[in-house]
Amino acid sequence: MLEIRNLHAAAGGKPILRGIDLTVKAGEVHAIMGPNGSGKSTLAQVLAGRDSYDVTQGTVRYRGEDLLELDPEERACKGLFLAFQYPVEIPGVNNTYFLRTGLNALRKARGESPVDAVDFLALAREKMKLLDMDEAFLARPVNVGFSGGEKKRNEIFQMAVLEPALAVLDETDSGLDIDALKVVANGVNSLRSQERAFVVVTHYQRLLEYIVPDFVHVIAEGRIVKSGGKELAHKLEAEGYAWLEKEPAAAKAAR
Amino acid sequence: MTGAAVAHYRRGFQEIEGTLAGPDWVRKLRRDALARFADTGFPTTADEDWRYTNVAPIASTPFRPGMPGAAPDAATVAAFLPAGASCARLVFLDGHFVPSLSQATLMPAGSFAGSLADALRRSPDLVEPHLRASLDRNQGAFSALNAAFFADGAFLHLPRGCCLPEPIYVLHFSSNGATPVATHPRSLFLAGESSHASVAEIYAGRGAGACLTNAVTEVVAGANASFEHIRIQAEGPRAFHVSSVLSRQERDTNYAARAFLFGAALSRNDHWAILDGEGANAVLDGLYLAGGTTHVDCHTGIEHRKPNGASREVYKGILAGRAAAVFHGRIHVHPGAQKTDAKQSNANLLLSREAVIDTKPQLEIYANDVKCTHGATIGRLDADSLFYLRARGIQAGEARTMLIRAFAHEVTERVRVQPARERLLEMFDARLLVAGEPA
Repeated sequence: MLEIRNLHAAAGGKPILRGIDLTVKAGEVHAIMGPNGSGKSTLAQVLAGRDSYDVTQGTVRYRGEDLLELDPEERACKGLFLAFQYPVEIPGVNNTYFLRTGLNALRKARGESPVDAVDFLALAREKMKLLDMDEAFLARPVNVGFSGGEKKRNEIFQMAVLEPALAVLDETDSGLDIDALKVVANGVNSLRSQERAFVVVTHYQRLLEYIVPDFVHVIAEGRIVKSGGKELAHKLEAEGYAWLEKEPAAAKAAR
Repeated sequence: MTGAAVAHYRRGFQEIEGTLAGPDWVRKLRRDALARFADTGFPTTADEDWRYTNVAPIASTPFRPGMPGAAPDAATVAAFLPAGASCARLVFLDGHFVPSLSQATLMPAGSFAGSLADALRRSPDLVEPHLRASLDRNQGAFSALNAAFFADGAFLHLPRGCCLPEPIYVLHFSSNGATPVATHPRSLFLAGESSHASVAEIYAGRGAGACLTNAVTEVVAGANASFEHIRIQAEGPRAFHVSSVLSRQERDTNYAARAFLFGAALSRNDHWAILDGEGANAVLDGLYLAGGTTHVDCHTGIEHRKPNGASREVYKGILAGRAAAVFHGRIHVHPGAQKTDAKQSNANLLLSREAVIDTKPQLEIYANDVKCTHGATIGRLDADSLFYLRARGIQAGEARTMLIRAFAHEVTERVRVQPARERLLEMFDARLLVAGEPA
């Protein structure tokens, strides 16, 4: 599904990713953990195609294609989804129109006919139930006046509608209370399947109690310094990130 | 040059004076107005009110007066009106009324919607007091030219309590042929006490030739009346458009002006709103969209003359290419107009590095218990929003369009009549395609 090799990226000339290697197969859930400033959100944004980062070295192959050659919208049309850490408020664009336009762009890319407003509403209602969202959200402008938790739910709702092949969740859990976290995790879990992969970027081990990963990777100073199973998350929870400094950064963990 | 321009219009006036509408008192006021114009000539950038708008291209073009011509076909006209042909409409071609394309059906008894020239003949008593004052008003060179040369315009009279269920559309169409033509539409809307109506004035052109539309519209809203006044300026690419609106509100009125300025090479749009009765509410919305080398100038003045009045002014601008825009918003609170509540904002979205906006609020407050606020912003399309839309599969071009429409939405959504709003959004999109090239 996704093969990242020796990925280097910089923002404004400042290196942030310094050689990421990661392979994700269909059906897998990978958790990316690490302290603030380690580069985990940058990795998520680079995968989605944010142009404020320059990829200076390395390759990313996604379903056999060179991902880095694709525009953000092409990546989305080919099944990549980023759940934003900070979902953007867009006054004047309503949620329904926004998401139906996105869905129909994806369908067009797949050679499918567009979904009309009536069918879309039925689909949206079904997915909203999954996330315990009020239908009134549909008529509101994108993320405007949403609480932090509502914004994150809206991200997962969008994911549920767009049904990506590879979903990258960028700190979707940050700032959520436990009830909202359960709702969001439940939404993610219901989408897990043999054909779909997840890269879950998180600062806190807590999320991984609800979304149980197959692999955990620890990122520090722009590199993956440790990889393991879900037990690695427990070690981080117990010991924090301080022990990382004692281990040689060269521990470019293979998986 | 001023002398040459004045001589040109003097000659033109002598040629056509005999054909112009109106009894003797109108004829006299036309001559007085021409004399006022001859005294000053066209304004120059030395005039404070015209500092950012150079009308030399208008002064130096030898426009011919508009003559009744072959009417545009119904399909051409329909493109500027809401879908569904049943709406009440008044159509003017090059300043002259076209009865065959107009229909004023569904007008309640006692009300009148039609040609001002007709009304002058048929109901002079109704027209005279307002038209006399209006023609005699000293409001600058363009208004004076209009007073001297106007051939016709829309006249609306709503008696007390008259309610129009649907808007009336007034379409001023320019043929924009090989010879540059000047038209001077003059419209008068009299909304009686407790009446309720919506009028949409649309200025549009057919060809690519040059023309001058020099329009004057006056609105008088009687006590407790509610009046929506939509204006859409979608003139041709080489058109010059100068318009002056004066609205006067009596007590407890609601007057909402919504100006959509999408066309013309150079346009100047003045609105003078007078809140002349206690508890009057005025809304002045505006949306201007300009690209290429277009110049658009919006001058508004709101006069709060009586207590407990409120005004809400939101002007939004979208500028691409090397377009230049001017917003000048004056709010004048007279002594005694206590408890006035006035809010003004002007927001601008620049789509290119070369586009220019000059924005200038001007508050003059002579009462001590009032709330007046104003603010101006200038920004670009938000990169985060653009990326967010693209990350959901929406192509960059479409994402930009969505964001630009979203910026305009605050003003466009307030057009409540759906067919009118839909047609307006179509015109907006069409103009955006031409004007809004990527930066």
